[in-house]
Amino acid sequence: MTNLTFDIEICISCSDAACLTKCQHISIQRDVAHKDILKIARGEDSPVLHECVTCYACEEYCPYGNHPFYLIVERQEMLGISPQPSPLIKRAINIGIPFRGEPDIKEINGPVINIGAFSPLKHLIEGKLFEGLTVISDDERKMFHYFCQLMYLHYGKISIIKERLPNIIANIAKHKPTEVICFHDECYGAYTSFCNAYNIDVPFKPVHLFEFLYNRLTVLKDTIKPVGLRVAYQRPCSSRLSPDKHKFVEKIFKLIGAEPVKRKYADENALCCALTIQGQKKEGSRKRALEIQYKNIEDMKDSGAEVCVFNCPACYDTLSEKVSQHGIIPVFMSDLCRYAIGEINLENKRFINKYG
Amino acid sequence: MTLNNFPYKDIIHRCFRCGYCKFPVNWTDVNNCPPYARFRMESYSCGGRLWLMRAWLSEQLEWSEHLAEILYACTTCKNCEIKCPLRFSGDIVNMVIASREAMVEKGTIPNKVKTFLENVELYGNPYGLSKSRRASYLYDSVERFKRHEYLLYIGCAGSYDDRAKKAVLALTIILKKGGISFGILAEDEVCDGNEVRSLGEQGLFEMVAQHNIEMFKKNGVKDIITFSPHAYHVFKNHYPAFGGNFKVYHYTHILYQLLKQEKIKLKDSSGLKITYHDPCFLGRWNREYEIPRKIIEKMPNAAIIEMEKNRDASLCCGGGSGNYYIDLLGGSPDSPARRRIREAYEVGANVLITACPKCLIMLNNAVKEEELEGHIAVRDLSEIVLDAC
Amino acid sequence: MDDIYKTLCRIVGNEHCSNRPEELFIYSFDLGTFEPKRPDYVVAPKSVEEIQAIVRLANENNIPVIPLGGGLSLAGLAVPLKGGIIIDLKRMDKIIDVNEKARYALIECGVSQGQLTSYLEQHYPHLTHSEPGAPPAATMAGNIMIHGQGDLAHPYGFTSDMICGLEVVLPHGDILRIGSSAINAGWFSMHPLPDLNVFLGWYGTTGIITKLSIKLFPAKKIRGFGTLVVEDEDLVPEIIYRITHTQLCEDIIAFSRAIPPFASGLHHITVNIGADSEKELEFKQEIIWDDVLGEYIRQDFAGYLGFKRGLERPQVSKTSDYKKGGGFEYVGGIMPVETYPICYKKGREISERHNIPYTVTARVIGAANSMMFAWTYAFNRAEPESIKQAREALHETDGLVLELGGVIWKPGVYGQRLLMERLDPVTKDLMKKIKTLLDPKGIMNPGNWEIF
Repeated sequence: MTNLTFDIEICISCSDAACLTKCQHISIQRDVAHKDILKIARGEDSPVLHECVTCYACEEYCPYGNHPFYLIVERQEMLGISPQPSPLIKRAINIGIPFRGEPDIKEINGPVINIGAFSPLKHLIEGKLFEGLTVISDDERKMFHYFCQLMYLHYGKISIIKERLPNIIANIAKHKPTEVICFHDECYGAYTSFCNAYNIDVPFKPVHLFEFLYNRLTVLKDTIKPVGLRVAYQRPCSSRLSPDKHKFVEKIFKLIGAEPVKRKYADENALCCALTIQGQKKEGSRKRALEIQYKNIEDMKDSGAEVCVFNCPACYDTLSEKVSQHGIIPVFMSDLCRYAIGEINLENKRFINKYG
Repeated sequence: MTLNNFPYKDIIHRCFRCGYCKFPVNWTDVNNCPPYARFRMESYSCGGRLWLMRAWLSEQLEWSEHLAEILYACTTCKNCEIKCPLRFSGDIVNMVIASREAMVEKGTIPNKVKTFLENVELYGNPYGLSKSRRASYLYDSVERFKRHEYLLYIGCAGSYDDRAKKAVLALTIILKKGGISFGILAEDEVCDGNEVRSLGEQGLFEMVAQHNIEMFKKNGVKDIITFSPHAYHVFKNHYPAFGGNFKVYHYTHILYQLLKQEKIKLKDSSGLKITYHDPCFLGRWNREYEIPRKIIEKMPNAAIIEMEKNRDASLCCGGGSGNYYIDLLGGSPDSPARRRIREAYEVGANVLITACPKCLIMLNNAVKEEELEGHIAVRDLSEIVLDAC
Repeated sequence: MDDIYKTLCRIVGNEHCSNRPEELFIYSFDLGTFEPKRPDYVVAPKSVEEIQAIVRLANENNIPVIPLGGGLSLAGLAVPLKGGIIIDLKRMDKIIDVNEKARYALIECGVSQGQLTSYLEQHYPHLTHSEPGAPPAATMAGNIMIHGQGDLAHPYGFTSDMICGLEVVLPHGDILRIGSSAINAGWFSMHPLPDLNVFLGWYGTTGIITKLSIKLFPAKKIRGFGTLVVEDEDLVPEIIYRITHTQLCEDIIAFSRAIPPFASGLHHITVNIGADSEKELEFKQEIIWDDVLGEYIRQDFAGYLGFKRGLERPQVSKTSDYKKGGGFEYVGGIMPVETYPICYKKGREISERHNIPYTVTARVIGAANSMMFAWTYAFNRAEPESIKQAREALHETDGLVLELGGVIWKPGVYGQRLLMERLDPVTKDLMKKIKTLLDPKGIMNPGNWEIF
C-alpha cells in the first residue's frame, strides 16, 4: 500500500495554519485551525472533515508542500466521513470502470497528448498548436483506460485512486511516449503532485497543457493577432496541485494580447465552480453552490470581463451557460489561443451548446 | 462477392432503421435522403437499402433491375452519415459503394450506369464525347499548363456540358483578372473518377486516377484548382492512396483569397436576393460551408437569404454518384432538384448560387421543370462573381 | 398483370404502388424480433380519398389491409400476418392547422412526431406537444394508436388522452369523425357527445385514423431536467409519490442499466422542470430538491446530480447497437408505480439469465396513477441465436407483467393472447361485437386483437 508523505512535525511548528485559515468555505480561527490540522493528522475527527467542500485549495495554501488536502481526504475515508451521499459515490466509482475492451496500445516514441476521459472534447486539441502531437487515445470507448482518477478526491475515496492509478500510468507508458502533454491539469496534478506525495513511479515526463500552449504560441508568435479582450480566468480545483504552472495563464494572456481583469476571486482567492458542492450531503448544499457561482460571476461582470476562460471541462459544463447568460463568452484556453492565431472565431461561442 | 467476403459483413446488419437518416438537422421533414424523398418507399430509404443489400448478398433476395436501381439511386450525399446516431455511421456510404462493387463484379448493373462507366473507360468522360474535344472551347483563351503555379482541372461536366462550360469560362476570366498563374491540361486530363469510384468500379477508378496522377506529375503540377467539388474531394481524399499528393484547392478557396487580397473587387449587387446551395462534396464531405458564403457576403448590397436546409442540413440536388447523367431520381415533382429549387423560390431568392457543375446542371433543369424561369435563376458562384467584377 | 395491382396503381399512381420483391421484402419486417411475413402489395397514398378507395377495393376482394406509420412499434404490430396490402401512411404528412389559442394541432396521420416538434419550435415556440421517447420518425397517429406516452405524460397522461378529435376511414370505406369536429364545430374537443372512440389501441383493426387533432401545451422558456440518484430501489415509489405531489414537474423517469457502468445497480430519477423565468425555476427547484427530497440527500439515501438546461431527447435507437447487432425490443408494462422495485429485480434476473445486459426504464403517467415500465433486450440481427434469446426474454417478460398485476403495453400477438386469456368475458364479448360490426370480413390488420 502506498502511503502519503506527510510530516506532522511541519504542522506542529507551523505558526499560521494557512491551510485552514485561508479556506474560503470554512470559517476558522488560527488557534483552532492549528489544533484541528493536528487532530486530523493524528487520525481524530474534526469538524473540518465534515465541512470540507473538497476544493483542493489547501494543498496550495500550505507553504511547506505538506499535502493537507490529501491528508483530509485520507481521513475522511478512514473515518467514513464522506462529503457526498453514497449513491453518488457509487456512481462515481462506476464511471471510471472501462467497459469496452482493452486499450489499443500503439508505440508512439514521441510526444503525445493525453486527453484522459475527455475524448468527446477532442475538437479542442486541433489545429496548428497541436501539430505533430499524437493523441494517445481519442476513442470514447477506451477513454477510461486513461482516466487519471483524481476525481475521487471529491468523494472521500483516495483508496480508489491508489488502487487504479498505477494501471493507468502503465497503460500510458505502454505507448512509449517521450513526454505526455496533459489535456487536463487534473491529470498533470495526478502524475506530478499526487504521485510524488504517494511515491508512485511515473515513467514518463508529464507536461502541463498551459506550459505547452505557451511554448507553441512562442513558436507561432508571428501569426498571433492580439485578441484585445478583457478576460477572467476560471481557475479549477486541480490547478491547486500545480501552482507553479498557474503563472502560464498570465504569460499566455500577455502573449496573445488578452487583458486579465482585476478581480476579487482570482489566483489564490479563486472560487471553484461548485459542481461538487451542489450534490453534497450537508444541508443547503445546492443553494450554497448557486451562491458561490453567483458571487463568482458577479465578480467577473463587475470587473468588466468579456470572456471567461476555462481550463477544466467540468467547470465549463457547470458555468458556461451561466456566464453566457450574463453576456460573457465562455471559452476554453486552447480555443482562445486558436482564436489568437486566427484559426477559429469566438462569435459562435457566445451561444452555448454542450461543450462549446 | 457474397456476404461472407463482403468487407462490411460485420456492420451491414447493424442498421436498426430508426430513420434519423431521412431528416435534415432538425426534423422538419423526412425528405433529406434524396432517393427516399423521391420515392417515399422504405426500400429507397438508407436503412431499407442496407437491409436489401444484405438480403441480396446473403442470397435471400434475387437480383433484379429494380434492386439495382434502388442501389444506384443513392447519390452518396452523406446526409445519412451525419444524422445517424450509431457508431458505424461513417461507413454507411462505404457499404453502398461496396455493394455496388459486388454488383459491378457480377456484371448486373443498370444500363445507364454501364454506359457511364464504358464511356469513361473509352472516352475519359461519361458523355461518350471525343477526347480531343475535352475543354476545347478554352484552347483560345487559356494557356496549356506549363510551369504555371496552378493547374486548373476542368473535369468532365466543365469540359462538355454547355451549362457548366459557361461557369468555367467565367472562372477562367476571374482567375486571369486576379493575376493567378494557371493552365489546363486539356485533352490530357481524364475524368477525375469520383463518380466511377462511388459507382463501384474500383478498377476503372484506379485507372483514371493513375492516368491523372501520371499526367500531373509529368507536367510538374504541384497545386491544383478544381472546378468541381467532386474532383476536389477525390483528389484530396483518395488520390494520395495512389501516390497522388498534390495541394488541392476548390476554386472558391482561390476566389476568396483574391477578394481578401483585393486583387478583385466586387461592385454594387443590389437587387440580388441570393440563396446558396451547399454542394455535398464541398459541404458535408469536406466541411467547407463558410468560404462560399463569405464570398457572397463580399458582394455589396446583395441580400443573402438562407434556405432552412443549409450546411449539414442541405438537401442534395440529386445529381451525385453519376445521377446527373444516370438520372434515377428525375421525372417527378418529388425529384430532389425540383424540391430544392422550390425551397429556394419559396424563401424569396431570385438567384440560387451553387459552386458545383452537377448542382448547376440539375438545378438549372429543375427551374425549367418547375416553370420558374424569370422568377429564379441558377448561377454558379464564378458567374455571379464575374458579373460583379 | 393482376387486376388488384392495376387498380391500386390507378388509385395511388404507379410509383407509389409496388408488388415487387424488394418492397415486399422490406415491408415484411418489423424492427424487433418478430418473424417477417410478406405483404402482397405496398401502397403509399397521399390523400384520404385514396385510402378510402384502397379500403373499398380490399373489402370487395377480401384482402387484408395493414396501416403503417413509422413502423417503430417494435412489437410486430404492422407485420402483414395474413398478407395483403400494406398502406404506408407517411406521405400523408400535412400539418393542417395549429389553433394557437385553443392549443391544438390538426394533423394528417403520417406526420412524424419529429415533424410536429420542429414545426412548433419554428412557428409556435411557446407551444409543445408530449414528445414520445421514440425516434423522431415515429408518427403521432401511430403513437396514439398504441396508447403511447410522451414527455408530458406526468401532467397530462397517455398521448391518446390528448386527442381532441379523429377522422377515421372505416373498413367499408366511409369517413367517420369523432369529437367536436363531428358537428363541424372545429377540432377542439373529444367531448361531450356520446363516446364513439373504438379506435385507439386497436392497431387499425377497426379503421384507419387519417386525421387527428392533438392537444398542445405551454412550452416554458426554460426546460431542463434535474437528476436524483438512489441505490435502494425500494425508495423509488415513495420518491416518485412525493415528487408528483408537488405538481411542478413535466416528466419523471427512473432508469437503471448495466451499461454504461455508471448506471449499474443505481436508479437515476430524472425530473423535467419547465419555467418562464429564473425566479420560477429556482422556486420549483427549491421545493423539489430541497424541501421535498432534501431529507433523502442528508440521510445519505439519494444524491442530487444537478440540473441541465435543454431537453435531452433520448436516441433510443442507440440501444440497438448494444450487441453491435442492429436490434432491440422491449416489453412495456403499464404498472402500478409501487411495483418498481420488483419490476427492476425481476427484469435484471431475466436479462442476466438470457445473457443480455439489463436495461429498465420507467416513465410516470399522470399523478403516479401508473407508470410505463420497459424491459429492453438488445439482440444481434445477424445471429439467430441472439434473436431467439431476446424473444424468449420478451415472452417471459410479457408473462411477468401480468404476474405483477400490470397490463402489457402495445402487446404483440403473443402478449395479446396472454391478455385475452385473462380478459373479463363481458369485455371480451363487447370487443368482439364491435370488431364484427365494423369489420365483418376481418380485413383490417388481421391477426391482431382477434377474439375467438
